[in-house]
Amino acid sequence: MKTAEEIFNKLKEKFGSSIIELKTDKPLEPFILVNRLEVDKICLFLRDERDLLFDSLMNLSGVDDANGEKIKDETGLETINGGTLSVYYHLESTNLRHKLTLKTSTEREKPEVVTVTEIWKGANWHEREAYDMYGVVFLNHPDLRRILMPYDWEFGYPLRKDYKNPEFYQGMKVPY
Amino acid sequence: MGLLDQEFTEGNIVIAKTEDLFNWARLSSLWQVGFGLACCAIEMMATSASHYDFDRFGVIPRPSPRQSDVIIISGTVTFKMAIRIKRLYEQMPDPKYVISMGSCSNCGGPYWEHGYHVLKGVDRVIPVDVYVPGCPPRPEALLEGLLKLQEKIRHESIVKKSA
Repeated sequence: MKTAEEIFNKLKEKFGSSIIELKTDKPLEPFILVNRLEVDKICLFLRDERDLLFDSLMNLSGVDDANGEKIKDETGLETINGGTLSVYYHLESTNLRHKLTLKTSTEREKPEVVTVTEIWKGANWHEREAYDMYGVVFLNHPDLRRILMPYDWEFGYPLRKDYKNPEFYQGMKVPY
Repeated sequence: MGLLDQEFTEGNIVIAKTEDLFNWARLSSLWQVGFGLACCAIEMMATSASHYDFDRFGVIPRPSPRQSDVIIISGTVTFKMAIRIKRLYEQMPDPKYVISMGSCSNCGGPYWEHGYHVLKGVDRVIPVDVYVPGCPPRPEALLEGLLKLQEKIRHESIVKKSA
């Protein structure tokens, strides 16, 4: 069993600047911020290293940080320029009984994170959901399609903070 | 207007209007499309099960829309599903009926404001005969909805066009 600090130091030693920082100030479990293009290598290490053995990806979720520049137009609609989208990975080792949270951030304008489907097969649909809801593109994903919204949904990503619903979808009125 | 308008005591003869006879036959064996959407579908299944026994009203789930009389929209209608529901409805032969079960399919329910994926009422894609309120409605409520539909069918006319 290892604490987040111990894991952080171990990762830092191995991956250097790809491991950005360990956050412990939030009133939740500590998490490690990592480089979005090195996630796959870091996760493979986390899974296979003998004293880490994170064999289970409990959850993978997207987050809209909404930390960009907020622009209101004359009708009061808000759009967000710049800032980041994030992806969180909740890992668990069923063997060693420790848990870890990873976070990676990517620019909102061109959100790209490397996939972890090769490491945990279960990540496949989680990543599709994050893509569906936030538009995060997972590089090298084998089948990156929308998973919940209709395949022909062309009105954006509904869980982004500046998402606006369309008036009509296939002839059906959308607002109440 | 009961079916037994007159009865001859020793002839096994019943006199009734064909309209009444047909209506009685139709309302007594409403086959529903074997189809459920969300938590309402659990209540619908409970209604079908032995405790509430939908079958005593002649309602049995039929796994084909082409041999069904009624479709119970039991749950949240997403846009993705609305397209399929419309197709199912179109596959059913006339005369066909729709029971909208629960707040979601009546008007969007809890998704009415922020449900980016929910159709705000199934009556936006297919015509509804009976709305059953509730979230989800108890089996008694669904049974009441079915009785309402039966009353509607009982008063239908073969020759007069209804709305």
